[in-house]
Amino acid sequence: MTDQLQTSEPVKNKRSPIWQIVIWGSVIILLGIVAIQLIKSQQGSIEVGKPAPDFVLTTFEGEEYATEELQGKVLLVNFWASWCNPCELEAADLQTAWELYEPTGEVVFLGVDWTDTDTEAREYMEKFGITYPSGPDYGTRISQAFRTTGVPETYIIDKDGVLAYVKMGPFASLQEIMAAIDPLLAP
Amino acid sequence: MRNLRIWLLALLVVVAVYGAAPPKVVLAQDNGPQPTPSDDEVNAIAREMYCPVCENIPLDVCGTQACAQWREQIREKLAEGWTEDQIKDYFVQLYGDRVLSEPPRRGLNWVIYIVPGLAFVVGAYVLYRGIKTWTAPVVDEPESEEMADTGAEEKDEYISKLEEELKKRG
Repeated sequence: MTDQLQTSEPVKNKRSPIWQIVIWGSVIILLGIVAIQLIKSQQGSIEVGKPAPDFVLTTFEGEEYATEELQGKVLLVNFWASWCNPCELEAADLQTAWELYEPTGEVVFLGVDWTDTDTEAREYMEKFGITYPSGPDYGTRISQAFRTTGVPETYIIDKDGVLAYVKMGPFASLQEIMAAIDPLLAP
Repeated sequence: MRNLRIWLLALLVVVAVYGAAPPKVVLAQDNGPQPTPSDDEVNAIAREMYCPVCENIPLDVCGTQACAQWREQIREKLAEGWTEDQIKDYFVQLYGDRVLSEPPRRGLNWVIYIVPGLAFVVGAYVLYRGIKTWTAPVVDEPESEEMADTGAEEKDEYISKLEEELKKRG
């Protein structure tokens, strides 16, 4: 019995600390990445009263609108798509509101076309006679910055670049749109 | 006899020529007019893409209007002579990497390609170490020779007592 014990190759209870550090470090980094992604996905919409994200919109006509350069004006950002039926409910009211506010020069409407196809988007704009600047959300960067959850969604930003109003779903009437914009125009 | 051979040869030639042709004609008649490019060609690309509107449903089987528009756009691009890669790049440029079923191998995306393989290797190594430890006898190394001697003496004493007891009983 003792011979057996002596001849058996003993297993040493040593562990490499470098390998342990590498393995545990990798696990912690991986968990960190997962945690960051989870936090991002559960953040919800951007909050009213906080600075709105800046972005540049290139319209279907090729014009560029940088929100940084639009400070001092009330900005209405409407996310839409040609395949979105609820968007059609508010399209005419938004256009009417734009025709009311455009001459004042104090309000800018920007239509952000989300995950849409070019031909159908242009047809939609023609159908509803949309004349305010509108363009595709390339790479869904703008919608990601606003953390949108779908379409239609509308964000109204005050003259200081702070988010003042959020509307999930379509506006019910022209009055509702005006009721959201008018308080921001008061001196 | 010679005439018969000539006639048989001619008949074989006729059968060979017309025998192969009819199935093609029938096939064309059965299928009817096909859209150009066909649904199969469109879906071959669409099944490797996802529309952000209806996540987790491949573009080729998604029933929403948005996806139908996307498929129609793929058809248009194919008709214009675009390749599969060009069409995918176009959609990525417009809507981001999320439209692809297989994320491109760059940046943080590498994590999803490396981690499973790495986890398998690490798991296999841990399992190997575990099996090795379970099957081999573990001997703690004595801290000094003195302690080793004491241990041996203790063991010997115990064994001798055990042997004595066994003798008494045996």
